[in-house]
Amino acid sequence: MKKKITFICNDENISIEINPALTVLDYLRDNKRLTGTKEGCREGDCGACTVIVGRLNGKRIVYQTINSCLLPIADLNGKHLVSIEGLNLDGLNIIQEQMVDEGGTQCGFCTPGFIISMTNYFINHSEYDPEKAALALDGNICRCTGYLGIRRAIQNVIAYLNSIPRKNSNQTDFLMKAQILPEYFSSIPKRLKTLSKEIQYDKPTEKKIKPRYVVSGGTDLFVQKWESLLESNVRFISGNEALKEIRKEGNTIFIGGAVTISEFENSPLIRKHLPEVTKYLNLFGSQPIRNRATIAGNIVNASPIADMTNILLALSANLNLTTNKKKRSLPLNEFYLGYKTLNKKEKEIIENISIEIPSKEHYFNYERISRRTYLDIASVNTAALIKSDGKRIIDISISAGGVAPIPLYLKSTCNFFKGKEINSDLVDEAAHYALSEISPISDARGSAEYKSLLLKQLLKAHFIKLFPQLIEVEVLV
Amino acid sequence: MKTYDSIQHVRGESKFVDDLFNPEGLLYGYVYYSSIAHGKIVSINLKKALKYAGVRGVFTAEDIPGENQIGGIVPDEVLLAGSKVDFIGQPIALVVADTKLAAKSASKLIDCKIEEYPAVFDPRIACEKGELIIPPRIFSLGDVNNAWSQCEYIVEGKTETGGQEHLYIETQGAVAIPVEGGGIKIYSSTQNPTAVQKVSARILNVPMHKIEVDVPRLGGGFGGKEDQATAWAALAALAASKLQRPVKIILPRQEDMRLTGKRNPYSSDFKIGLNKEGMILAYEVTFYQNAGAAADLSPAILDRTLFHCTNSYYIPNVKATAYSCRTNLLPNTAFRGFGGPQGMFVIESAINRAAEVMGISAHEIQRKNLLKEGDEFPYGQRTEHCRAIRCFEEAEQRYDFKMRKNYVEQFNQENKLVKKGITVMPVCFGISFTTTFMNQASALVHVYTDGSVRISTAAVEMGQGVNAKISVIASKVFSIDISRIKIDSTNTTRIANTSPTAASKGADLNGYAAMKACELILERLKKTACNELKFDDPKKVEIREEHIFYDGNRTPLTWNKLIQAAYLRRVSLSAHAHHATTDIYFDKEKAKGKPFAYHVYGTAIIEATVDCLRGTYKIDSVKVVHDFGSSLHSVVDRGQAEGAIVQGIGWMTIEEVMFDGKGKLMTDALSTYKVPDIQSAPKDMEVHFLEDAANPFGPFNSKAIGEPPLMYGIGAFFAIRNAMKAFRPERQFDFVAPITNERVLLTLYPAERFSGMKPDLAIDDVKTPAALVY
Ligand SMILES: Cc1cc2nc3c(=O)[nH]c(=O)nc-3n(C[C@H](O)[C@H](O)[C@H](O)COP(=O)(O)OP(=O)(O)OC[C@H]3O[C@@H](n4cnc5c(N)ncnc54)[C@H](O)[C@@H]3O)c2cc1C
Ligand code: FES
Ligand code: FES
Repeated sequence: MKKKITFICNDENISIEINPALTVLDYLRDNKRLTGTKEGCREGDCGACTVIVGRLNGKRIVYQTINSCLLPIADLNGKHLVSIEGLNLDGLNIIQEQMVDEGGTQCGFCTPGFIISMTNYFINHSEYDPEKAALALDGNICRCTGYLGIRRAIQNVIAYLNSIPRKNSNQTDFLMKAQILPEYFSSIPKRLKTLSKEIQYDKPTEKKIKPRYVVSGGTDLFVQKWESLLESNVRFISGNEALKEIRKEGNTIFIGGAVTISEFENSPLIRKHLPEVTKYLNLFGSQPIRNRATIAGNIVNASPIADMTNILLALSANLNLTTNKKKRSLPLNEFYLGYKTLNKKEKEIIENISIEIPSKEHYFNYERISRRTYLDIASVNTAALIKSDGKRIIDISISAGGVAPIPLYLKSTCNFFKGKEINSDLVDEAAHYALSEISPISDARGSAEYKSLLLKQLLKAHFIKLFPQLIEVEVLV
Repeated sequence: MKTYDSIQHVRGESKFVDDLFNPEGLLYGYVYYSSIAHGKIVSINLKKALKYAGVRGVFTAEDIPGENQIGGIVPDEVLLAGSKVDFIGQPIALVVADTKLAAKSASKLIDCKIEEYPAVFDPRIACEKGELIIPPRIFSLGDVNNAWSQCEYIVEGKTETGGQEHLYIETQGAVAIPVEGGGIKIYSSTQNPTAVQKVSARILNVPMHKIEVDVPRLGGGFGGKEDQATAWAALAALAASKLQRPVKIILPRQEDMRLTGKRNPYSSDFKIGLNKEGMILAYEVTFYQNAGAAADLSPAILDRTLFHCTNSYYIPNVKATAYSCRTNLLPNTAFRGFGGPQGMFVIESAINRAAEVMGISAHEIQRKNLLKEGDEFPYGQRTEHCRAIRCFEEAEQRYDFKMRKNYVEQFNQENKLVKKGITVMPVCFGISFTTTFMNQASALVHVYTDGSVRISTAAVEMGQGVNAKISVIASKVFSIDISRIKIDSTNTTRIANTSPTAASKGADLNGYAAMKACELILERLKKTACNELKFDDPKKVEIREEHIFYDGNRTPLTWNKLIQAAYLRRVSLSAHAHHATTDIYFDKEKAKGKPFAYHVYGTAIIEATVDCLRGTYKIDSVKVVHDFGSSLHSVVDRGQAEGAIVQGIGWMTIEEVMFDGKGKLMTDALSTYKVPDIQSAPKDMEVHFLEDAANPFGPFNSKAIGEPPLMYGIGAFFAIRNAMKAFRPERQFDFVAPITNERVLLTLYPAERFSGMKPDLAIDDVKTPAALVY
């Protein structure tokens, strides 16, 4: 089951025969004995294992943070892997120094992960904003410091970087000059280019042995079954360029089957045509999770509370499935047959997802409540796309997550709303009505009672937010 | 002041137990545990597991050569369950294999049949059944029975506080390596190396001198590795001894959460009596502590609940009763605050309820009843250098409490769906182990011929900065640069009979011990200097920033030269010293004494905003005046305060330990148990160091810091609750923490429960699959 993987680990060119499903975390700690990368949870929820991964994009390298505990080494092919050891200079760099001076580190177990995420923020921005830098740490948990010291460190680093004169140098060069990145970073683009010639990527059509798993971002599969992945034949599709495309044809947007949340969020096309949708995406997982998690994976994993899925349900998205031999399309709301059972053949993969661009008369809102706002799966979520002349509901589609065995399209509630005039009484009535469509269960994310009440509140919230002038809030609370 | 540890941390070069090294022949252990909360073990079949590829051994209770007992305070807990299980997560067997994966996979093949008994999870029910870990404990002062008649207002109520998962980011773990003569060397992530040593010796039936325990550092402890690190080390030692191979056990996160105890949940009843002016005259409280299935540290935690049941207030008549109740849950354990927070939550609830009944603000009652100099605590000790009022008033002024309160009121008038709440939270916390004998420590100091210094103490570094503080102390005593000082790992061969690093006492006890050891060497050095310089009075020798002065005049001698000279003159450059806190005692029978060396004081003002449509909230700000004494290390002290506050807020708000009806932990991963992240932790936090606050009972006038600030977090509960009250002024709210989003919403909309829901959709009848996994 071994496969040849070629990449750069910090300053070292690597080419090894290895189990492609081995996580980068285990590779670093066990194979390389680079122990600065820590294991805190193995489920993408603590950030102690965060690494930076760079990929060649033209002449430049695009760097991203990724949870190494969920990253199969297969996906390092042709990439630059940076662990904390790869950032160290002889002395402390300014980020490290400020973390020390401001009390940004106590026990130190989370610290390499924080330094990695902070460094990646500075690699990717040439204008700095402390709030955005803090958001870049949304995947890192620290149990000791209370984060205040980390915030102070960020502020001081920003002040320092702003004080250094910069010519038109690119950010990587600038950070090398500022003694944040080691010199070897300048050699990486060339080295990666040379390396990439040696790499043989899988061609899906050539697969002879039937894979047991198809892994895309792996953010569900590596949480649920990393042990089994190590022992199985696995097909990795995240590097498949054909599935990476986001394009527009007429009034339809097509999102490729391996597009990640980050790629979607940052796509100029999406930002232009679905600006209301991208607004909420920083609540999806964390920065490193979004860098890996794909929209298709979100759909196929079939969690009833999945964020993208519930958004896409309200947008009446279509799935375009393929087996290489046969293609077919179906509306997303016909995809779910029961809890984690899909209207999908085993061999089918999602080639792309299509969405009709909403018109000017469409209002979109997304509501999502979790125990903790960031990096937490929601208790209940709901998306609403309402076509209205500003008074009446012409058309409406609402989804509800976490209240049924599947991501739920609230069909009868939508019918109930259709054609009616928007006012508080209608909304109140409809919110009650929706409860007849749902069947929540009690679990760690809330009791069934809470989830019902919460959905009701969130349905009201859609209208309070979208049509404030038509709603008297007193009636609704 | 940069310290060694933090420099290593930011470079990723600090070695934790799992990072140290992988000795040749290393095997990995995986713990097989009970999935039944209470029952009799009928049979254990290991055959299939033993045959699994790579498995080197599977060990059960029968394989223990010594005594199968790990209980500390009460001998009531086995290392491996042999005949009976008392909670889900109780270890039954250890599987040891060539790889982690093989050990885990093989454990799934163990066939253990358990006959299920009825189980109890509610402490009040356990108490009714007489299932108590120790006899009830009572603290009293004055006479409550006589006092009620003088009270204008008597208010009663009930409170609940939940458990709390420690969630140190480094999970529990140990590596045991067989050494010659039947000995074992253990690297353990423990706050209590001596407990690991003692228990491992007991399990293996060898003298303690055959067990060496070394603790490099901890990736967080918070009390969770005081008693509960022992089992994993002892299991590794057992396997290492049996197989004569090194064995490593690192608990995967899910097992760490499922197998280790947490902060004790409490259910409590209060009755508080006040006069017209709002002076508290009487307070009666009953605590039902959920200890879980074994004593662990619960009896000591119970005591601290009683010690802190009146928080920062003087109450002349008090009766506090506490029950440590045995249930079929994980044995709960130490967690920063150690029972104190649970006690303080109840008095604050009582004050808030009283304020509601009296129609005044809780702040008024708090203010009127603060401790003054010489006031007596229910346990007989009187306040000395009391700073309760100073901190409270300074916080009010510095942060303009009146103005903030007006602002909150005005905001609430102007906003319908979003409300704000503000609260004041004073804290008074006693410093010392309340078990008096534990207040001892020792230190071993070596000065090497190049002038560098290496210090060992009983203290374990776990992020609390004890190494940094001891370095500061040594550098002050010797007056040398801090970079010359290296603090060693904690090791039972260098420092014997260690007390756990706990009770916020690490830096006090070990700091004093290190100070004494340094002073012993300093005395010798002074004599040496006299000999070198041909002076006669060592008392006139002084070291100032590495230069030797005599009678105020600088001499040619420097630290380096002096050390060289001492060595050549065959003067010992090493010293060992022992320190014990004097003048503390506690009579357990009478529940009176002077258990604390001193108290720490402070006050926080906390503001919160609640979205009353969605039931979510945000802690807007935390403003604190805290009594640090004369801080030894302001970066460390500030960090401890900030971290503790956020941890306390977490306990009161989003952190919820949940079990299902069978006693199985539901929140067994970071995806379901949420701790504060950088966005939910308050951005606006100020911690002001109370000035002129020297503490004669701490090294260089410093004060302990680890635990006290955690309790400011209790204010978050009341700030949120106050905001909720502004939305529903007509309603009565309960005192149940954590106040999660769910609890907020269900409290704000109680009438709506189930309305509109079809009867067949009520919780019990839902017919969807039980496990919606992500
Ligand atoms: C820490 C953490 C936080 C998270 N937070 C959120 C959150 O806030 N909201 C949320 O909705 N989810 C969240 N998730 C879940 C997860 O990130 C998403 O479901 C993600 O979109 C899955 O995509 P993936 O590419 O990583 O899936 P993978 O794990 O690679 O695959 C998931 C499933 O989809 C299948 N699959 C993937 N691509 C295709 C394709 N093109 N065609 C057919 N089948 C395919 C796979 O075979 C597999 O069955 C979180 C996960 C983690 C670990
Ligand atoms: S180990 Fe926690 S995110 Fe990877
Ligand atoms: S410093 Fe301990 S977890 Fe962050």
